[in-house]
Amino acid sequence: MTVARSRQITAVASVILLCSMASAAFLLRSMDETFPSATLQQMLYISSPKLLKRLSLGYDGLVADIYWTRTVQYFGGIHSRGGGTYKLLWPLLNIATQLDPHLIPAYEFGETFLLAKPPQGAGDPYRAIELVQYGTQNNPNNWHLYYDLAFIYYDQKDYLHASEAFLRASQLPNAHPFLKIMAAQMAQHGGDLRTARMMWSAMYETTHDKLIQANAAAHLRAIQVNEEVTALEHLVQAYRDRTGHFPETFSEMVSSGMIRGIPLDPLHHSYRLESGGRVVVSNPDDLPFLDKGLPRGYVPSAAPKLSPES
Amino acid sequence: MRAIEILGLEKIYNAGFWRRRSKRALRPLTLAVEEGEIFGFLGPNGAGKTTTLKILMGLVFPTSGSARILGMELDDPRMKGQIGFLPEQPYFYDHLTARELLRYYGQLSGVDATQLSHKVDAVLEQVRLSESANVQLRKFSKGMLQRAGIAQAILHDPKVVFLDEPMSGLDPMGRREVRNLIEDLKAKGKTVFFSTHILSDAEALCDRVAIINQGELRGVGAVAELTASVHGKVEIVWHGMSTPAGIRSMGAECHAAGDTMRVILPEENQDAALEALRREHLRVISVVPVRTSLEDYFVAQLGGPAKSEAVSARG
Amino acid sequence: MNSRILHIATNTFREAVRDRVLYNLIGFALLMSAAAVLVGQISIQIERLVVINLGLTAVSLFGIVIAIFIGIGLVSKEIDKRTLYTVLSRPVRRWEFIAGKFFGLSGTLVVNTFFMAIGVFAALAYVSHHFESSDVGILVALYFIVLQFVIITALALFFSSFSTPIFSAIFAFWLFVIGSFAQDLRNFAHMTHGLAHWLATGAAYLVPNFSALNVISQVAHGEPVPHRLILLNTAYVLVYSLAVLSGAVLIFERRNLK
Repeated sequence: MTVARSRQITAVASVILLCSMASAAFLLRSMDETFPSATLQQMLYISSPKLLKRLSLGYDGLVADIYWTRTVQYFGGIHSRGGGTYKLLWPLLNIATQLDPHLIPAYEFGETFLLAKPPQGAGDPYRAIELVQYGTQNNPNNWHLYYDLAFIYYDQKDYLHASEAFLRASQLPNAHPFLKIMAAQMAQHGGDLRTARMMWSAMYETTHDKLIQANAAAHLRAIQVNEEVTALEHLVQAYRDRTGHFPETFSEMVSSGMIRGIPLDPLHHSYRLESGGRVVVSNPDDLPFLDKGLPRGYVPSAAPKLSPES
Repeated sequence: MRAIEILGLEKIYNAGFWRRRSKRALRPLTLAVEEGEIFGFLGPNGAGKTTTLKILMGLVFPTSGSARILGMELDDPRMKGQIGFLPEQPYFYDHLTARELLRYYGQLSGVDATQLSHKVDAVLEQVRLSESANVQLRKFSKGMLQRAGIAQAILHDPKVVFLDEPMSGLDPMGRREVRNLIEDLKAKGKTVFFSTHILSDAEALCDRVAIINQGELRGVGAVAELTASVHGKVEIVWHGMSTPAGIRSMGAECHAAGDTMRVILPEENQDAALEALRREHLRVISVVPVRTSLEDYFVAQLGGPAKSEAVSARG
Repeated sequence: MNSRILHIATNTFREAVRDRVLYNLIGFALLMSAAAVLVGQISIQIERLVVINLGLTAVSLFGIVIAIFIGIGLVSKEIDKRTLYTVLSRPVRRWEFIAGKFFGLSGTLVVNTFFMAIGVFAALAYVSHHFESSDVGILVALYFIVLQFVIITALALFFSSFSTPIFSAIFAFWLFVIGSFAQDLRNFAHMTHGLAHWLATGAAYLVPNFSALNVISQVAHGEPVPHRLILLNTAYVLVYSLAVLSGAVLIFERRNLK
């Protein structure tokens, strides 16, 4: 083979090879963007965990991991597009944990996002309990799972069971000391705001998952807003008592010396006043989980972001 | 223009897992073959004959050196259209018939579609496979496969034909047929380059031969020239069952046949041998000069008695 | 040049057919018949679902096996039989040989799939006695399956150009398995950092994406396949196969055929 011709063919083939691979990569990305759920149907092609277990031919762990990564991607995908009802969350978590009962992160994730109401989560507390109880059965020495269970009971306002769960957790090896404190707090002051703050701070501190952390932070902000709105509305009432009418804006209250400056919410946006002495937040979409401070007639249009830009 | 021109062709293989062991399959080889010649490429197995042929066919790339066929480069498609190649021990496509095989090869060689059938029939006739034209190749005997191989090599009327061990696996009838075919090719003005380790075939057919051993060229020339350079031999037959001491000491092998003994000795030992026989009063029956064969030249070149697997004088 | 590729392709096709590769259709036909009859008798209200799922999965698996089994021998067999030597001593370029082999095997698989498609539709007609407009989706699924074959053929041919049949089969098979999980590989790549991230991302792009070509359950549920996906997949397979074949040519051009 002459050197020249051989080099020619090598050059042409190499160029074609590189261009083709580049095009292939580009096309794959295109497909991704257009069809993020292109393989959604494939995810639950086989939806029975038992069948899947048999088909895994002993590679349960690997298959469990695959389903766990699919769960995270599934959740993340819907979450970034504004949230939804996460219909497949339970089946995916069920499969993953059935294949690998020691997949601890799955239980925590499930507890948080099966519990949360749409559009933040699936809003299915019973499944959440079922999942975490299955977890505690299979991992009896893991205090974190009992902690997760307590959280669910707390959310459902079943303070007795929540306290019991905390107690169980505190008795396990390596249990965090705060668990005993939580058990006591829950037993006596289940419905208190202080308890709520303790719960969510603990969650924020102890979780490794960024999404769960953001969720906890959002809850803490909501608690703060609730407190601030309550306090502000008291002040507004006092203003009314003094002047005989509700203030239109906070500037009025500032000039009358009742408050020092325009009050700001945890996201540094100013609170506003509605008629009738109602204090509301400016951007309710950025502050999920609020009980107070929501404008009249407010309906969440899309899922409020858990981690707002500001 | 020379049919084949080889200049310093060399092939070194790097063997072993780390590619450190190098094996010299071919030392720099320089050779030329004229048009219209029948040229024999001789040597024991593993000498480098097939390597050389594969380099010429563009199947293996030389480490250094160059070659031209009909004045053209080895990868020139025009040149490839004018050569034919028969590889060693071909099996071909199991499920094709002989006719389909030849049609396929004809198409690949660029034979005109209108002439294809005609040429295929003609060449089948030439190699005497017409009756088996529509039989699948997996049912062919070795000899038939060999003939089919020759058919595909000459189908497109090439100027130079390369044959790697064309007589391999053939019975004496088959070998004679192939010999006739090669002579036919020469009669048509084609150049034939074939490799073999059967020396008698080369002796009978070739205008010139080259002898190669362990990758190195050991001699090139017309058969007559080469054999002339070897000292003659003589065959002595005498009556009796014993071998005189004088003859035994020459180290030659004596054969018994009935009540006579026979020995082949170098010419120069003839007188001493006859003297030894006379002293022992053994009756000499005949003293006949033996024509030196290519084998003698071969053995002389390669040194020492031929290894059993390497050379066979009569096939 | 083109006619040589065509002749090599035709010859490859003929070899495959005469090597009784199409006999696999008998096995397939038996399978489909048994399934159809069984399902028809039990009447579990998801007859269509089962027939389509089973049928298309069988078409896919049978074809992959054939593609691998024949593909791995495409080059090595020609060397063993010495036919490659007689072909390359003719005015045939090495890359033309590779191209011809590729088209020959791909063509064989297309023909094979065509007959299997008839089998699937026949079984479907038997169990449900009618066709629905969404059944056009089955044709799309079959087309995607053929695209899968094209990639596997290219890969098997690629490995065959330098490796022994056993290793070629192993490599091709594993690439098929990993490629079926390509989407998960990319998920994994998103979730990791550092070296693992780069390795996983590289692997995810290198490996053939079979997960996007599998729309069997979608079609079984009567859901339509977006046109854009059809276009993108076609382009992807064309381009990916081209890359693999270029690789095969690169290797084969410089190979010493001992």
